[in-house]
Amino acid sequence: METIQTFTSELSILEISYLVASVLFILGLKKLSHPATARSGNLWAAAGMGAAILFTILFHQKDGQPIGNVIWIVVALAIGSFMGWYASIKVKMTAMPQMVSIFNGMGGACAALISMMEFPKMQDHLAQTGAAHMLGGEGIAILLGLMIGGVSFAGSMIAFGKLDGRIGDFKHPILRIINLTFLVGLFVALVLILFMKPEAGNNLPIYLFAVAALIYGVTFVMPIGGADMPVVISLLNSFTGVAAAMGGFLYGNQAMLTGGILVGSSGTILTILMCRAMNRSLLNVIIGAFGVAGAAGTEDGDKTVKEISLSDAAVLLSYSQKIFIVPGYGLAVAQAQHLCHELDNLLASKGVEVKYAIHPVAGRMPGHMNVLLAEADVPYEKLVEMEDANNEMSNTDVVIVIGANDVVNPAAEDDPSSPIYGMPIIKALDAKNVIVMKRSMAAGYAAIPNNLFYHQKNRMLFGDAKATLQKLVAEIKSL
Amino acid sequence: MDEVLKFFLEYKDMIFIIVLSVFLGIEVISHVPAVLHTPLMSGSNAIHGVVIIGAIIVMGHAESTLSLILGFIAVILGTLNVVGGFVVTDRMLEMFKKKKK
Repeated sequence: METIQTFTSELSILEISYLVASVLFILGLKKLSHPATARSGNLWAAAGMGAAILFTILFHQKDGQPIGNVIWIVVALAIGSFMGWYASIKVKMTAMPQMVSIFNGMGGACAALISMMEFPKMQDHLAQTGAAHMLGGEGIAILLGLMIGGVSFAGSMIAFGKLDGRIGDFKHPILRIINLTFLVGLFVALVLILFMKPEAGNNLPIYLFAVAALIYGVTFVMPIGGADMPVVISLLNSFTGVAAAMGGFLYGNQAMLTGGILVGSSGTILTILMCRAMNRSLLNVIIGAFGVAGAAGTEDGDKTVKEISLSDAAVLLSYSQKIFIVPGYGLAVAQAQHLCHELDNLLASKGVEVKYAIHPVAGRMPGHMNVLLAEADVPYEKLVEMEDANNEMSNTDVVIVIGANDVVNPAAEDDPSSPIYGMPIIKALDAKNVIVMKRSMAAGYAAIPNNLFYHQKNRMLFGDAKATLQKLVAEIKSL
Repeated sequence: MDEVLKFFLEYKDMIFIIVLSVFLGIEVISHVPAVLHTPLMSGSNAIHGVVIIGAIIVMGHAESTLSLILGFIAVILGTLNVVGGFVVTDRMLEMFKKKKK
């Protein structure tokens, strides 16, 4: 908390700009939650941010001193802006979750760095005044900011690695114990540091604390299955929000405080909404029961899959009346969303009604599939949400599952021992025929066997989604 | 106990903001459709980039070369968060808009 400053019009303007920024953040978030206004909401929030940054540089004062090193600040802003802008322009839509994870990690690291710099200052100051301990609002905010920011940074980097396929899952029961120990240890260390007698230049404890936070960030995310990364990123997102708010508390800065807490609380709600879409609890995700039970599920032995030839598939599709396409991440990975749209246009020109059934957690993030299909110019009206699609399933002739697996796994409905039991699915089997396009018989991202593949209504079309779709389109054209 | 009460009084303004913002955050997004989960997450990701202000303050009052360098890094990281976050979100939402035409 800063000491009371004497009035200047600059300081007033600065505080007004923070008020405006806070209001713009709130309105921006509000608009972001409605499809029609989402884009302008994002711009409003960005405008608020721009104003807060500009006026901080122009008018911020500490102990009567204005902001110095302005040239270097502008250089850093320019470098960061260019890198951020370039990365965002270049990233593929399929890699979006990773990108968000990286940006989130940067925010966390920024918050942690601020704490690392403020702690020695605070300690030196308290040592001069001869304080007996460092307990107080300032100390708590610095240490919490460091801890949460550090966990968020390290965790986001691991989440990025997992989504990008650079880091595999590492599951071992002992990690649970290590995690719990680290978490408790971090809080104990936080309290111990607060009760330490301030000693100028004694910064080792804070460095060790930072390292411990980073390690915890790694071990926290490590055992969580790759399929759960969206939930983890959303959770880490709200962590970074809280870390930013700690900075706001430290500097008595209302824009940082409201912005950070808003993200912290809305991020937590969003995380819970995501979990609910998968019918799981947050605790269940974090403890990571998913992969451990993955080996369970019924193995009946001699199950056979039926394949369908390209020409049969082409005929079946062309003479159907109503088709649902169930896209999954496999479609996105193969960059086949454009071809998929071509197929649906082609079939539509033959009088077939083609729609897309979108599972809320299809892809790697909730809503990810909508973004990907939008990229391929698939009209909004063709995207049907899961519940509506399920209602229409019984009068559907063919369901084409492209690169999706867990979201159509009937085990979620009829196998209580399955780890995804209870998750709402797209009921492909209610349709008359099912075609599953898949590269191989390998299990899905969650590593759970899928009995849909062995069902008598289903036939498999093996191959890379893009290549298969290409051949299928050619086949239908030649009919 | 007195310590806690004193703490509350000392920081009462900020504690009020924190508590009210928590409710506001919950209220503001509670009716978001699943379609918008990803853009919303990305957008709120950009908003917590407001931590950049802290980085600017630290750097603006840096006294040693070391803290200037660390501040420089912090400002870059914060800007990445802000600019990257908003641009990525805009790119996602741009697609939603295009398909409505």
